[in-house]
Amino acid sequence: MAKVGVYVCHCGSNIASVIDVSAVRDFAAELPGVVLARKDLFMCADSGQELIMQDVRDGLVDRVVVAACTPRTHEPIFRAALERAGLNKYLFEMANIRDQGSWVHGQDHAGATEKAKKIVASAVGKACNLEPLEDKFVEVTDAALVIGGGIGGITAALELANMGHKTYLVEKQPSIGGVMAQLDKTFPTNDCSACILTPKMVEVYNHPNIETYTYAEVDDVEGYIGNFKVKIRHKQTYVDWKKCTGCGDCASKCIGKAADEFNGGLSERRAAYIMFPQAVPKKAVIDMDHCINCGGRDIGTLPKVNQKTGKLILAPCEKACPAHAIDRSIAYDPNGDIQEVEVGSIVVATGYQVMDKGWFKEMAPESPNVITALQLERIISATGPSEGKLVRPSDKEKPHTITFVSCMGSRDEHFHTYCSRFCCMYMIKQARLLKEKYPDLVINMHFIDVRSAGKDYDEYYTGARKMGINFFKGKVGGLEMLPDDKLRVLAYDMEGGENIEYVSDLVVLATAVELPADATTLAQKLGIQFCGANFFRELHPKLGPVETATEGLFLAGCCQGPKDIPDTVSQAKGAAAAAAVPLAQGKVRIEPIISEVITELCSGCGICVPLCPYQAISMRTVEDRPRAQIEMSACKGCGVCTSACPSGAIVLHGYKEEQIFAQIEALTA
Amino acid sequence: MSYTPNIIGFACQWCTYAGADLAGNLRAKYPPSIKLIKVPCSGRVEPEYVMEAFAQGADGVLVGGCHIGDCHYKNGNHKTSRRMMILSKLLEDSGFDAKRLRLEWISGAEGYRFAEVAEEFTKELQEMGPNPIKGGK
Repeated sequence: MAKVGVYVCHCGSNIASVIDVSAVRDFAAELPGVVLARKDLFMCADSGQELIMQDVRDGLVDRVVVAACTPRTHEPIFRAALERAGLNKYLFEMANIRDQGSWVHGQDHAGATEKAKKIVASAVGKACNLEPLEDKFVEVTDAALVIGGGIGGITAALELANMGHKTYLVEKQPSIGGVMAQLDKTFPTNDCSACILTPKMVEVYNHPNIETYTYAEVDDVEGYIGNFKVKIRHKQTYVDWKKCTGCGDCASKCIGKAADEFNGGLSERRAAYIMFPQAVPKKAVIDMDHCINCGGRDIGTLPKVNQKTGKLILAPCEKACPAHAIDRSIAYDPNGDIQEVEVGSIVVATGYQVMDKGWFKEMAPESPNVITALQLERIISATGPSEGKLVRPSDKEKPHTITFVSCMGSRDEHFHTYCSRFCCMYMIKQARLLKEKYPDLVINMHFIDVRSAGKDYDEYYTGARKMGINFFKGKVGGLEMLPDDKLRVLAYDMEGGENIEYVSDLVVLATAVELPADATTLAQKLGIQFCGANFFRELHPKLGPVETATEGLFLAGCCQGPKDIPDTVSQAKGAAAAAAVPLAQGKVRIEPIISEVITELCSGCGICVPLCPYQAISMRTVEDRPRAQIEMSACKGCGVCTSACPSGAIVLHGYKEEQIFAQIEALTA
Repeated sequence: MSYTPNIIGFACQWCTYAGADLAGNLRAKYPPSIKLIKVPCSGRVEPEYVMEAFAQGADGVLVGGCHIGDCHYKNGNHKTSRRMMILSKLLEDSGFDAKRLRLEWISGAEGYRFAEVAEEFTKELQEMGPNPIKGGK
């Protein structure tokens, strides 16, 4: 017979101000199986834990129920206390009477108390049916995968590699660098972005512990913490990168044209191209969507012969390449190649995109002189299409008046309700850089309000105000297209309390930060969940900012939520440290909350086999009959097979049928 | 007639249970009629558990999982969806109001949504009156 101890927590006044803790304690004391019931101000404090441990050591209780907050945060704490006291830690159950009790039923104290009693009874019912379980330990593959080669991924990879762990860095673009590589300068110090980023790019690429795979994507992930099997797809470059020297001769001879993504579509690149001059690795790629197969040189076909000269007719890119890295006769597989790697932990740092201006119909998106802030960044960058000279896209003339509009799609219930966090600061940066270079330029900035929280940020903003940049509090209602590709700005000035109208030559929209569309596919492959703002969800908003619900999988940078470079770097270092823990330990614990087949009860019907999302169930022959068996290391404990088994032959430890029935019975008593 | 319905909620630990916790963090208010049983995945909820809850006199049963496409175990909620659809039909066929069974996808980020569902379901059950099986128990 189980000896259950029930411990009811006041949680200071969090629970006790709504729920009658003494009444719950007295009720619990009378429940079948309960040998004692106590209460304490804070069960999770040392004194509260000691209360439990003493009762266990004295042999008074062999099952423990704590009625307090949520098991999602506090179950591990109490389980550890049981373990220290010498009791199997799985003989523990929590009754959630705070998060799902006092905090939500403050309007009904009596009702909340009655509900708390039921929840405690349910937990006691389950506790009476708990069984001791043993943790399993598995060896860890001492390697890490970092997905995304922006500043977040670069930082995480360097940290992991410097700790001595083999690290694979996967980037979908031909070069690492991410959005930071597109930036001109960075606030609040106005460091040149390339000057601080490119040395890091080179360091990653040459690090002995890092394998950098660019133009590659994660195709599939299987396994669990310590033992992930990852399929990496190397996209087809149509250039032999072992031979390519990055000279760019192919690009200069190529005729196929495409919008240059790196320059925000403000210029053209060729179908054969190097992503940008400082690319790492500096290798060419042929973009087959825009290649026009000059000279009929379809990939995988032999060249035609010139009837007059007898020479082979080669495509310009082939002819141009001095390293003979381009050979269009090779029948390349357009799907590229799959490489499998095994890693113990994974850091996801896939970054963000900014919203397209096309979403904002009132902002004259059809005008070439309405641009996103990232496009302005390319215009003012020395490596950009105008080599750093401020010009309007329509006529390449220098504008006299430039307008900045903040919160395009951010803090807007029609698009995203969240703040994109770094737009205010980069707009101020862009305005400052322009004002320094062109003192006569009229700069008008429209903000809902300026958010400049961050080290040295507000001083940077205040400094901008002293430079003669005009700040308006209030929204821009719309833009009207005028002759000569000018724009009439219709805005409201809250401080002046009036509508304002003026003509501007160039309008810059600070469009919202959001997850790229392909991030959803990746999330499904990895088992990452989304938060309300549609970014990747961390384990806990405060105490688990780099962890995810999947052990061994960590987040860094803007994929978890908008953040600037310092915050991204900080989080990446945190994620790397967390990802290194299992690698350093060498072994990881696997919770025994998994399913098991009771062979004697199995009828061999095989219904469970196709249901398992992890292919953990197979059929084997036992005494000439087929029987199901579950591979313990592959099972993740969802219980789908358990629920489907018509013979009741599969048990999910920790969620066994009799445990759930006991809870139902207690809740309906 | 106003009575306090007794609702049992089977909540997957990754989404709906986390959503209910978030409702607490947000101090969202809802009636204390609903009590959750935590399960790893809504795919762990056997139709038998729902039947048992009704047989024991529960006025309503909520089965809560992750949104389709967002399942922590890839597709456990697809199975839940099909199982509960069939169960609803069985309940209807046996003359039991299947509206007492409610299937909801509530993510861990949808605290207010959880509170809204609890409130709504409570009101609906109040209008429907107590579980007719209750007396026979």
